[in-house]
Amino acid sequence: MKKLHRRSFLKGGLAGGAAIAAVGTSKHAEAAGSFGGYPDSMGVLVDLTKCVGCRTCEAACNKEQGLPAPDKSFDDPSVFEEKREGGLPRRTTEKAYTVVQKYDVPGREHPLFRKVQCNHCNEPACLTSCFVNAYKKTPEGAVMYDHTVCVGCRTCMVACPFYIPAYSYSSAINPVVKKCIMCYDTRLKFGKPPACVEACPQEVMTFGKRKDLLKMAHQRISDKPGAYVDHVYGETEVGGTAWMYLSDVPFDKIGYDTHLGDQPIISYVKEFLTIVPMVLTIWPALFTGFHLLSNRKEALKNEDTKS
Amino acid sequence: MGGRKKTLMGMAALMLLTAPTGAQSWAADGPGTVELGSLANHYSAVTFDHAMHVGVATSCADCHHHTTGLAPTDPNCVRCHKAGAQAQSVSCKDCHSDKRFSPEDLEKTGGNPQLYHKGKLGLKGAYHQKCLGCHTTMGGPTGCQDCHARNDQGDAFFHSGKYAPAPKASGGHGGGH
Repeated sequence: MKKLHRRSFLKGGLAGGAAIAAVGTSKHAEAAGSFGGYPDSMGVLVDLTKCVGCRTCEAACNKEQGLPAPDKSFDDPSVFEEKREGGLPRRTTEKAYTVVQKYDVPGREHPLFRKVQCNHCNEPACLTSCFVNAYKKTPEGAVMYDHTVCVGCRTCMVACPFYIPAYSYSSAINPVVKKCIMCYDTRLKFGKPPACVEACPQEVMTFGKRKDLLKMAHQRISDKPGAYVDHVYGETEVGGTAWMYLSDVPFDKIGYDTHLGDQPIISYVKEFLTIVPMVLTIWPALFTGFHLLSNRKEALKNEDTKS
Repeated sequence: MGGRKKTLMGMAALMLLTAPTGAQSWAADGPGTVELGSLANHYSAVTFDHAMHVGVATSCADCHHHTTGLAPTDPNCVRCHKAGAQAQSVSCKDCHSDKRFSPEDLEKTGGNPQLYHKGKLGLKGAYHQKCLGCHTTMGGPTGCQDCHARNDQGDAFFHSGKYAPAPKASGGHGGGH
């Protein structure tokens, strides 16, 4: 009898939880509207058709951010052939906040070069996943990281849909997350473009207000029919990013993840996470109450039989 | 004060970055050569052989768009710019800013709703896209140092030449990790 009781209690509790979850879901589907980014934030439009792979941006980044000397000269094209595990091209590291990758696209006359760095999302997954609030999205558009509060859990590295944050594993005493900050400290907050943008000889990158860049991007696509695929990568991906891309090759052919969806990463867990505090606060009280009630009944029964 | 400072800076930039008139020798329909020194911090100036390029180009409009008074070669441009009068200046630097993306430049371009050419390239971008674009199709030189030799400061910037990193010892995992 007692066993059955407990089981039905649990069942009831679960059903109740599910009901709360259902209510929570419908309520929060409306309340969870995206932040959508600061209205006047800055961004960079990268026209991949223009990049010639000279890596001047990498050199400029290295100098501006005071990064350690590279393993190879910045004019050494052999880095394009370097492969990391899984045959993937090189990625951002603690020593390089931006890297250029080379893609040999069948049917394209020249290889396509792709600059990789933090995309500075409107609603960054690194920021929303960080439980000590080490990340900040500035109104200018940069996603900043504060190493003084970081506890080194590296959840941001897992959360980032673009695999950008790197970790200074080389530091035994104080390892921190390392990533592009859009030159916020030295340039962006003074209204200046990031060092890579300014250094690029081909003006592959256009710096400006994100909303202006979007108009410009679509104008460029319509002005030159056939020169670009009709998509601005980063316009909607994961809720929009400050860095956006134009390409003449479909984005999925040159290493871009085209299945990220247009919702910020936090949207996928927001609904679940709203239930967690409810479960953590209501359930313990509820079940303690049940426990006390049943114990009291038992105790009363025992007293009855004794007397 | 700010205006005077800006003017002074602009003049200094012009003196530093653009062709001194003495370096130009004029042919009948344009300069014989032009010194292009906008990347002087990392590279020596390019001595652009204008006269030779006049011989190679099919039309002045190949490079000068509509400014020489000829019809532009890009059909997109012809929609507004037909053959007409020569512009006040046909010099690249007078239209393409050497301060691209500076706050002032962004204010001028982004802040002006009447402006159509919001994405007009800066001077450096205009040179490289025009030169490299044509050189790629015409088989001209396309390497960085084919046109401008890198100087010592440039070598340091690229960690190249005498600033190149020491080659890593083969067999990797011994020390240093």
